Amino acid sequence: MATFALKDDSVAVIIGSGAGGGTLAHELTRRGIKVVLLEAGSRQSLESFSQVPGESFNQLTWLDTRTQSGDWGVARDFPSLPVWHCKTVGGTTVHWTASCPRLQPWELRARTTYGAVAGTSLIDWPITPEELERYYAIAERRMGVTRRNDVPGLPASNNFKVMHAAAMKLGYKQVHTGHLAINSRTYDGRGFCIQQGFCVQGCKMGAKWSTLYTEIPDAEETGNLDLRVQSTATRIEHGPNGRVNAVIYRDTQGREQRQAARVVCVAGNSIETTRLLLLSESSKFPHGLANSSGQVGRNYCHQITGFVWGIFDKPIYFWRGATIAGVIEDEAINDPRRGFVGGYRMELVALDLPTLPLVGLPYGWGRDFASIIDNYRNLAGMFINGEDLPRSGNRISLDANVKDAYGLPVAHIHVDEHPNDRALRKHAQGQMVRMYEAVGAKRVIVGPTPPASHNTGAARMSADPHDGVTNGWGQTHDIDNLFISDGSLLTTSGSANPTLTIVALALRQAEYLSEQMKAGHL
Amino acid sequence: MNQPLPRRDFLKTTTGLLTGIVVAGSPLALIAPRRRRAWAVALSALTTAEAAALMAMARTIVPHDKLDDAAYALVIKAVDEGALNDDHVRKTIKEGIAGLGAGFATRPESERSAVLKKIESSEFFQTTRLKTLQVLYATPMAYAYFGYEGEAFSKGGYLERGFNDLHWLPEVPLEDSGPLPI
Repeated sequence: MATFALKDDSVAVIIGSGAGGGTLAHELTRRGIKVVLLEAGSRQSLESFSQVPGESFNQLTWLDTRTQSGDWGVARDFPSLPVWHCKTVGGTTVHWTASCPRLQPWELRARTTYGAVAGTSLIDWPITPEELERYYAIAERRMGVTRRNDVPGLPASNNFKVMHAAAMKLGYKQVHTGHLAINSRTYDGRGFCIQQGFCVQGCKMGAKWSTLYTEIPDAEETGNLDLRVQSTATRIEHGPNGRVNAVIYRDTQGREQRQAARVVCVAGNSIETTRLLLLSESSKFPHGLANSSGQVGRNYCHQITGFVWGIFDKPIYFWRGATIAGVIEDEAINDPRRGFVGGYRMELVALDLPTLPLVGLPYGWGRDFASIIDNYRNLAGMFINGEDLPRSGNRISLDANVKDAYGLPVAHIHVDEHPNDRALRKHAQGQMVRMYEAVGAKRVIVGPTPPASHNTGAARMSADPHDGVTNGWGQTHDIDNLFISDGSLLTTSGSANPTLTIVALALRQAEYLSEQMKAGHL
Repeated sequence: MNQPLPRRDFLKTTTGLLTGIVVAGSPLALIAPRRRRAWAVALSALTTAEAAALMAMARTIVPHDKLDDAAYALVIKAVDEGALNDDHVRKTIKEGIAGLGAGFATRPESERSAVLKKIESSEFFQTTRLKTLQVLYATPMAYAYFGYEGEAFSKGGYLERGFNDLHWLPEVPLEDSGPLPI
């Protein structure tokens, strides 16, 4: 672990230590580039992860105020928590459930594949599927993804046995325990999954890949990483030439600091990445950094999600075992005959006891609501993970009326669902209900859309600078030495859980960035 | 009306007491130490009558007939603590409880439900519902009652403790799952 001076303008400053920022930090430092990594949260460890669900939620979650509006269900059901991601070293890779599907080639050509869809801002990705696949392969080896590179799949849990049998009844073919960044055997110095079912609380085995205990310690070992925890970036500064040259942040004591920078990479999850770019407005960039197109914060995607629970007459104990170790991939296709474009996956899910009634069930109370929980032992669960279509009006912006502890406007999230989103969700819920009924469910409960965890878009890559915020390398169209390095980059969401793609893009960006630095362009 | 008291005065004031005895043979009896099945919650902001009304309200929001009052009492304790530390919360809770009407705690469930239905959109109902779910289902009593086994790391996970012990459906072929780790 190194310490670099605040005035050292040879460092790359990365803001955020999750899938994107943590991976990028490792990749740059191992190439000899000095990195200051600013992380707003504090550092936990396998030992310090709480296994009390409510306590763990408070330990890991980004709880600073956000406001929201729009007609999506989250605004009604979870008004104070529009998104659920982490504020801790390792970012959301600490609480993720580690599902690592790839985006498919046609998903990267969304506009071409789906055609013009009214009310959307669909575009194609500026990079080819072949290009991305190279980095998917590297990412999968790095993370030890199951069912790739001869890594065995995870064994089937009770919950998955129900899902598998149900899927067979409907004739689905691509049904397995998933491509997971969870060790099915000892790998990379980390132990194997012991089926705790506490993926979301931080994996105390370290069997689940997280930058907290992989990329970040590896980066520290290079001697080129200066990780500053509880350090919240509030502004990116630029010089007269328009190139960024420093990051203003609040340190552990809340004091304002200014770190000089040769390049700045923003990886704060779509919400805070957008907020920081907008907060950095100046006379030269009156609408915020990298925002000459007006696209910063727009085209925010969150993926169509939601729970479906089957109640059976025998115990399942669905909490036992890796949370998401099961997937049905047959519906991850584009077949407009279903009444919508884009596809979805059905993934295994379980929730601990306080979280099920709080997040997993449709709002309710009284005898019927309680009767569902009475059947806790006998529940099986599935989760929708589908593509939502980008819309210009679905955006992250600054809330002029609500300020944070430093007096800065908080992020406001606005989402109106597109009819395609609703049609996709309805189809998925219908299939899941049919599946559980086909294997004898006494009752099937269609749950709500939880706070969004798959935040993408908002600073998307685009071939045309008018359509997005960065080029295919995550380099902003407006400012050469300002990069976006998180899920904000995803041009469209597709139906794959986003982390693997974020890691692949970070690996690719690191190559480009270091070459550009060595060539003297940055 | 009551003037807000300095906090330290609240801390040394017991405003009421909620008591009960764990029913023998209930799931909770299994985890309650022998001869210590009587429980009491000392109240700091609510009166005994208010706590009793709140208990009836919590049992109407999520009625689990065989789940002991002792589990619900932890909800009352949490509401009481919240009310002690925040003037707005205390006012909301006390006025909300008063609004339930005299005798709420002893009315039949159908009548209690009807009363709550009318105030469902109120801050009082919504915060009480949320607190009830947050606290009740996180108690060891609720874990025991619903069969949830919770934290598993200290016991070696569920790998050897039943994560795959379901046998009323066909086994998943190996190509769709994976081998047990050795």
